[in-house]
Amino acid sequence: MYKKSLPLVLAALVAFSAPAPAAESVAPPKQHWHHQGVFGTYDKASLQRGFQVYKQVCSACHGMKLLSYRNLAGLGYNEDEIKAIAAEYTVVDGPNDDGDMFERAARPADRFKAPFANDKAARAANGGALPPDLSLVVKARHNHEDYIFALLTGYQNPPAGEEGLPGMSWNKYFAGHWISMAPPLVEGAVSYADGTDASVEQMAKDVTQFLAWAGEPHMEERKKMGIKVMLFMFVFAGIMLAAKRKVWAAVH
Amino acid sequence: MSRPAQTEKFQNPVVQWIDERLPIFTMLIKEYGVFPMPKNANYLWSFGGMALTMLIIMIVSGVVLAMSYTPHVDMAFNSVERIMRDVNYGWLLRYIHMNGASFFFIAVYIHIMRGLYFGSYKKPREILWIVGVVIFLLMMATAFMGYALPWSQMSGWGVTVITSLFAKFPLIGDGLVTWLWGGFSVDNPTLNRFFALHFLLPFVILGVVFIHVWALHITGSNNPAGVEPKSEKDTLPFHPYFTSKDGFALVVFLTVFLGTVFFAPLALTEFDHFKAYDSMVTPPHIVPEWYFLPFYAILKSFVYDFTVVLALLAMGGLLLAFPAAYVFFKGDKKKRDMAFMGLGALLGGLVLITLLAIATTHLEQPSAAAYLKVVIIPAALQGVLAMFGSILLLVVLPWIDCSPVKSARYRPIYKKCLLVLLISFITLGYTGAQLPEGWPVIAGQVATLYYFAHFLVILPYLARKEKTLPVPNSISEDPCCASKGN
Repeated sequence: MYKKSLPLVLAALVAFSAPAPAAESVAPPKQHWHHQGVFGTYDKASLQRGFQVYKQVCSACHGMKLLSYRNLAGLGYNEDEIKAIAAEYTVVDGPNDDGDMFERAARPADRFKAPFANDKAARAANGGALPPDLSLVVKARHNHEDYIFALLTGYQNPPAGEEGLPGMSWNKYFAGHWISMAPPLVEGAVSYADGTDASVEQMAKDVTQFLAWAGEPHMEERKKMGIKVMLFMFVFAGIMLAAKRKVWAAVH
Repeated sequence: MSRPAQTEKFQNPVVQWIDERLPIFTMLIKEYGVFPMPKNANYLWSFGGMALTMLIIMIVSGVVLAMSYTPHVDMAFNSVERIMRDVNYGWLLRYIHMNGASFFFIAVYIHIMRGLYFGSYKKPREILWIVGVVIFLLMMATAFMGYALPWSQMSGWGVTVITSLFAKFPLIGDGLVTWLWGGFSVDNPTLNRFFALHFLLPFVILGVVFIHVWALHITGSNNPAGVEPKSEKDTLPFHPYFTSKDGFALVVFLTVFLGTVFFAPLALTEFDHFKAYDSMVTPPHIVPEWYFLPFYAILKSFVYDFTVVLALLAMGGLLLAFPAAYVFFKGDKKKRDMAFMGLGALLGGLVLITLLAIATTHLEQPSAAAYLKVVIIPAALQGVLAMFGSILLLVVLPWIDCSPVKSARYRPIYKKCLLVLLISFITLGYTGAQLPEGWPVIAGQVATLYYFAHFLVILPYLARKEKTLPVPNSISEDPCCASKGN
């Protein structure tokens, strides 16, 4: 999406900076995203559904350590809803006045609860593979949203004759194709609160948008301010051009 | 060039009172009010002011970012994310700073190209030019260290790759790298010193920019005709003519910059910049920021070690060159002696480094064949030397190109060669981002060859042999500029 909203940057510079994608990867097909483009905003209903997918599926293995429950306000939840969501989790706090650590219900200010105590525990539970933190995953992959969506929907039977290690799956869009993550989304894995049909594609689309929001929570504010700034700059440039023309009129 | 002395009194008594004690208003009027600019200076002359504006934007946004940044390997990445998420308008500050670096380099690259095209490095502006090259080098060092601060995968691995280049220097290499790192690997001391230097160097740049502008105000600006102003008819006062012109150009430039900040803030950034640094996981493809790519490509263009065999072949070639020079300079004894001295120095130097390499190499099983394979200059060191050399060449440019004609407008062949140089530079920028395999390597090598040939062979040759077009007597008489007026 970032490269698409690029009418203002010299095309040559983009060619300059375009990274060579990692070897053996298949370019993911372009998707349309509600939040792309100069006026694009997040689809809040989709973000909430995406959060539900993260909560019920992804969060079993993947943490989002840069997010706090209070950030969910960006999805359109109100204070009470956020308190209720946080309270579903138990976190360790302390030490208390007796010097002991204790458990309590999570509060909006707490970070998302991590699925594992540390990276080693995560690897031990996942056959040696480390499930990456998802806070920035959309920004940290080439082709951004398109790649995440393609990966989640790109599980296929391996080509005839190819044999992977046990526990590995074949994915069309993963570099090298053999991925440690088993297909995470199956038809009806969640039952959406708003009644939307939970097809694999729908869930992938929703969770991708949620992850895009998680990486760039101030995007809407940025674009809104950007439009005002651009309007100001266009007027400013016009005034400067008029002033320059008037000053130089006698010289021409 | 003479500038009119400022003698009139100021109307405002406060201004008058200050000016008698510290003539700051007199100075401003002299340097930015009545200061004579060649009236034909076009919009390419606006990029210096844009670069200075970007420097100020970078310093202001950088100082505020530093208030919320933590230079520690365990916290740097998350502190940058905290700026992006929780600091008021932190996302705006960071995107301004990130993209500001790119736009600073865009302005400076156009500024340098302008200088190359119109011969702005030539007499009397040699020092002005050299100070400019120093600013460019300081900018590169500052930008490189700034890229390290978010301590992302690209940060940590970029630092590892570039600092490791210094290990290629013979004898002192390993010690040098340990000294740069402040330890035996890229770690917390490295990040700490990079942060300290990244904070310091912009102010050094500001000081050197002051010297650059000072030198500019001694010689005055060059212009598209490349002839110095001869009378008042050739110039216009800086204010209001160039304040209005540069002001308009600056607003357009900032509009493009802010458009990028608000609508495509990641267009010039690698995705690996959003993963925290992990010294155990090497990214498949480590690339520097786009503005370093041409020089990175020069570095990667050198792939063959210079061994004793090649040195012996080169010595043989040099020996054959002696009789050739004897025949070639038969008529001129002075030139012949010069040629002999040059060849002798080359030969002596070659013999010396060959012996040095053999003496410092410890062979398990010494044999003639083993000695022939001893590496004198490894490919990587050639690349490092070439990369630094490609910029240092610019320092001596005023003496490499001693053609009396400044502007490429009147140098038809130079103009074409400069276009090829630009194409080579852009090619290097492209190949620098590619994996070092296949045709990009060859394309990069050809472009590198042209880069050096342009400065070391073509320019000295053209300076002597090029048939230049007639240069106008003065700016006012320049038909090309008189019709356009600007």
